[in-house]
Amino acid sequence: MFLISILLFVMLQNMGDPLATMGGRSVTRREDRERLARQFGFDKPILVQYVYWLVGNDWTKVDINGDGIAETPGIRKGVLRGDFGTSLVTRQPAMQLILSRLPNTLLLMLVSELVVVLGALFIGVYSALKQYSFFDNLITTLSFIGYSMPIFFLALGAMYIFAVNFKRWGLPYLPTVGMFDPQAGQTPGQLLWHLILPVTVISVNSFSGYSRYIRSTMLEALNQDYIRTARAKGLPRRETVFIHALKNASLPIVTIVGLDLPFLLGGALVTERIFAWPGMGRLFIDHVSRGDTPVVMGIMMLIAVAVVVFQILTDVVYAWLDPRIRYN
Amino acid sequence: MTVANPLPNIQPLKPLSLDELEAPPLTLSKMAWLKFRRHKMALVGVGILVLMILYCTLGGLVFSEKFANYNDTGIALQPPSSVHPFGTDVIGRDILARTIYGGQISLLIGLIAVMLETTLGIIIGAVSGYFGGLVDSLLMRFTEAILIVPQIFLLLVMAKFFAGNIPNLTILGREFSGSVVVIIAIIGLTSWPYLARIVRAEFLTLKESEFVLAARATGSSTFDIIFRHILPNSIAPIVVSATLGVANAITLEAYISFLGLGVRPPTATWGNMLEGAYNYIDKAYWLWLFPGLLILLIVLSINFVGDGLRDALDPRSRTI
Repeated sequence: MFLISILLFVMLQNMGDPLATMGGRSVTRREDRERLARQFGFDKPILVQYVYWLVGNDWTKVDINGDGIAETPGIRKGVLRGDFGTSLVTRQPAMQLILSRLPNTLLLMLVSELVVVLGALFIGVYSALKQYSFFDNLITTLSFIGYSMPIFFLALGAMYIFAVNFKRWGLPYLPTVGMFDPQAGQTPGQLLWHLILPVTVISVNSFSGYSRYIRSTMLEALNQDYIRTARAKGLPRRETVFIHALKNASLPIVTIVGLDLPFLLGGALVTERIFAWPGMGRLFIDHVSRGDTPVVMGIMMLIAVAVVVFQILTDVVYAWLDPRIRYN
Repeated sequence: MTVANPLPNIQPLKPLSLDELEAPPLTLSKMAWLKFRRHKMALVGVGILVLMILYCTLGGLVFSEKFANYNDTGIALQPPSSVHPFGTDVIGRDILARTIYGGQISLLIGLIAVMLETTLGIIIGAVSGYFGGLVDSLLMRFTEAILIVPQIFLLLVMAKFFAGNIPNLTILGREFSGSVVVIIAIIGLTSWPYLARIVRAEFLTLKESEFVLAARATGSSTFDIIFRHILPNSIAPIVVSATLGVANAITLEAYISFLGLGVRPPTATWGNMLEGAYNYIDKAYWLWLFPGLLILLIVLSINFVGDGLRDALDPRSRTI
């Protein structure tokens, strides 16, 4: 965690002149530039900047008026105390900016994840039961194509068919940008309507991995002795498949879902960009290209923390679900 | 007393001739080819790949690069016609010619980035797995640090970091945008952790085996043991992972170029041809259809080949 934060910080510091993007045309005078640099601490060596970013600078004094004497107490609290700094572009606290986008991303990604997991469970179980049937082979081929499909191609194709051509043919067409239609207002119905395309695009891409995985764990579970025992004692097929086999086959799925969840925070950069979804992925792209360190660092750190937390959580849940696993 | 043969249908085995007994053992590559041949989709993949490479190289003989970068705003956004089979783009460049030259760059990026990735991954994985201890834990913490942030985020930050004023390069009489080198470097620098982990795992098991002990007993140097004894024995997963890595690198290049932080014009890649195509979604489908289709085809065929190679070389590991 510390290592990656140092690495990223050093890189972000060199991402071009943040002052140049600030305030448009007003910050051109030399003394203004110097004043702003002092205010944001850009005049300090990089190590000092990192320490300020990490633990804040309210324990020391900074020199604002440029006479060489540090006189003003610092106000930054540092990341360790929950202060991610102020966005250099919008002058809002970075965390506030990120949190305002977080629900949008979570909505999009959780819906997609739900669609993916439910769909993959259904398809995976079905193709495991009918192994090597026509349907199974079809799914295998399709999932290979879905896996190889670049998101933007899928997204553009879907937009072209369902939005552009449906409109042309006079059918009800799907919206392509944003979360709401400005004329219809922010109703849940509108939201659902706008969700369809992005969710489909994200789902197709990650669907294949999940369904293949479920298929193979399901096949493994169906060949176990306890399934034969359950069959032998005359339990109905439905019960053996859905209760005995699926329960055991879904254990490894918990792991991949758990490891995937934190990455949902970042959202799908490309999908959010194409569909103009106001989520964290788009925030990230917008602010990376403007060299806005606090926001970019904030997003990266949020994801990194989530990855670590979810890894621990997954381990715990796994041990709880599967009594065979013991941690010492 | 004679016992009736319980399985009368089975003929007694023909005694093997001396030749058959002493037939030379199959080498790894022969064995792999025998298995690979049975994988139909992989053969189709190889076929498509060969066609794509021919498309990109022979196409270069038909159209000059000047023609691919020549723009005439008078003929901007023309639909596919007999003069411009794939249509023209926003500033009137011929899309067919650009897909040919873009393909060259995309393939180049894929191949060189994977070479870089593989070299880094092998060295870090080998050192970490072979020496163990403090070196191992330091390198693995570093690997985890890189893995913890999604690769595309890391790539965007690095692309921005290295994107200063990069001069154009002239190699073999052709002018490239310097950003090609940057993209290759950053893709290589961010993709190695997965490979390093695979190599490390192979080294951890192989370093305990007898042939390594024998090599050590005969006084081979550490360098020799790592690169001449252990590495050839762990080549199968590396080859598979490198093959799939090419597809991954091509996709990643397309993503960052698509987001506008990748390879700069005038150099065409399949990725940056798609940049901004979504602004013309309702007017010009040919802007994104052809480059996108080519990316899909190449990634799909590489994935098929990689899958076939995995079955042929490394039947134990089987993911999706």
